[in-house]
Amino acid sequence: MILEGLFAGAGVTIAVTLASLLFSILLGFSLALVRQFGKNRVLHALIDTYCEVMRNIPALTQLFILYFGLASIGFRLSSIPAAILGLGLIGGAITCDLFRAGFAALPKGQAEAALAVGFTPYRTIVDILTPQAMRIALPSLGNYAVQLLKDTSIVSAIAAPEIMFYARSLVTSSFQTTLIYTTVAVLYLALALPLMWAIRMLETRYGRLKT
Amino acid sequence: MNPLLSVTGLTKSYGAVEVLKGIDFEVAAGEKIALIGPSGSGKSTCLRCLNFLEKPSGGEIHLDGERIGMRLDRPMSDRQLAPQRAEMGMVFQLFNLWPHLSVTENVAIAARKVRGLSAEEARELALDMLAKVHMTHRANASPAELSGGQQQRVAIARALAQKPKLMLFDEPTSALDPELVHEVLKVMEELAAEGRTMLIVTHEIAFARDIADRVLFLDGGRIVEQGSARELILSPREPRTQAFLRQIRH
Repeated sequence: MILEGLFAGAGVTIAVTLASLLFSILLGFSLALVRQFGKNRVLHALIDTYCEVMRNIPALTQLFILYFGLASIGFRLSSIPAAILGLGLIGGAITCDLFRAGFAALPKGQAEAALAVGFTPYRTIVDILTPQAMRIALPSLGNYAVQLLKDTSIVSAIAAPEIMFYARSLVTSSFQTTLIYTTVAVLYLALALPLMWAIRMLETRYGRLKT
Repeated sequence: MNPLLSVTGLTKSYGAVEVLKGIDFEVAAGEKIALIGPSGSGKSTCLRCLNFLEKPSGGEIHLDGERIGMRLDRPMSDRQLAPQRAEMGMVFQLFNLWPHLSVTENVAIAARKVRGLSAEEARELALDMLAKVHMTHRANASPAELSGGQQQRVAIARALAQKPKLMLFDEPTSALDPELVHEVLKVMEELAAEGRTMLIVTHEIAFARDIADRVLFLDGGRIVEQGSARELILSPREPRTQAFLRQIRH
């Protein structure tokens, strides 16, 4: 009875985590490419502003703005899409910084050697720089993924039916607070462990290259 | 005979700092030119201007009759420069091999992605180039597993794989432990014997004396003296050249 409800929530937690993760990575990587290799100063400033703002306003506040704020101007987003969008937009700012750090860590000579041999800037970024930058960013990206899994708990505040949401309604109906929240903790751990294991496998397979 | 490479009035400034103050020289096909000179003389900058890794502030560079780096008097973008750069093979002081690719892939990838060879053709070409530099036994290694001398030889193979008209060497042995310098110089000797056109920035004066046809001595952003390798090194005319060569025991 307790477990059923929580398992239903776990499904949503997993879905929201994976969807937000994908969104964040795609958004963050695109922003990082423009910021690192683009020539437009205005775009650079916009991206910097975006990252600063998204990283300095609490996630819960941003979610409320998306969910309640948009609704008040007639834009009704249901809770799960709002959760994915909100976490994805914040995550995009975080992963943008991670990918930029990855690119910035590469010695200038890597790109020069590619250009010298006749690669276009596009090919240089795709075949030479990105594979290396990804490997550098991987550990931090892994940390972000695990953090994201835990942070999905806040989307319960906008009624997304994930684990914490179910937990809170179960508590109000059964009052078995300790049992419920302990089960919740074990459940998050059970979800986080395979995620961390997968990340560790990726790190071993594609880990930081010795130079 | 038209020169393969001609450089006229080459200048380069970084803000207020003038690094190259007007460089003029020509290279005939098959010639080996050594650029020597003290630190800060502009030799590396000069070399890097040839393939526009540094954008010259002024002057003209022509390779095989074609103006490098400028189209209709406007500077080319990196994308436009790519085909011209592919005609010049560059070997860097710090090798700059790509660590996420195997030795063979390092050599083959440009042939595949830039010149459009098939994977099989590119691989065969890579193995041929690796044979030239005596590195086929490490074809499947990753760069991190190689010594500096081995990495530099692979870097040479990588530059050769694009079948360039001209090879540019930017202090190819300066970052190597002394005992590894010889294996790289030997490969360069062999390339020279094949009749390749080579421009070498180097501190290895004995090598320059023995392998180069001509030597250019740069100091303070200008060519102070140029002449046949043996003559310039054994009996330099200019006092600054003499002072420099005295400082380097060779």
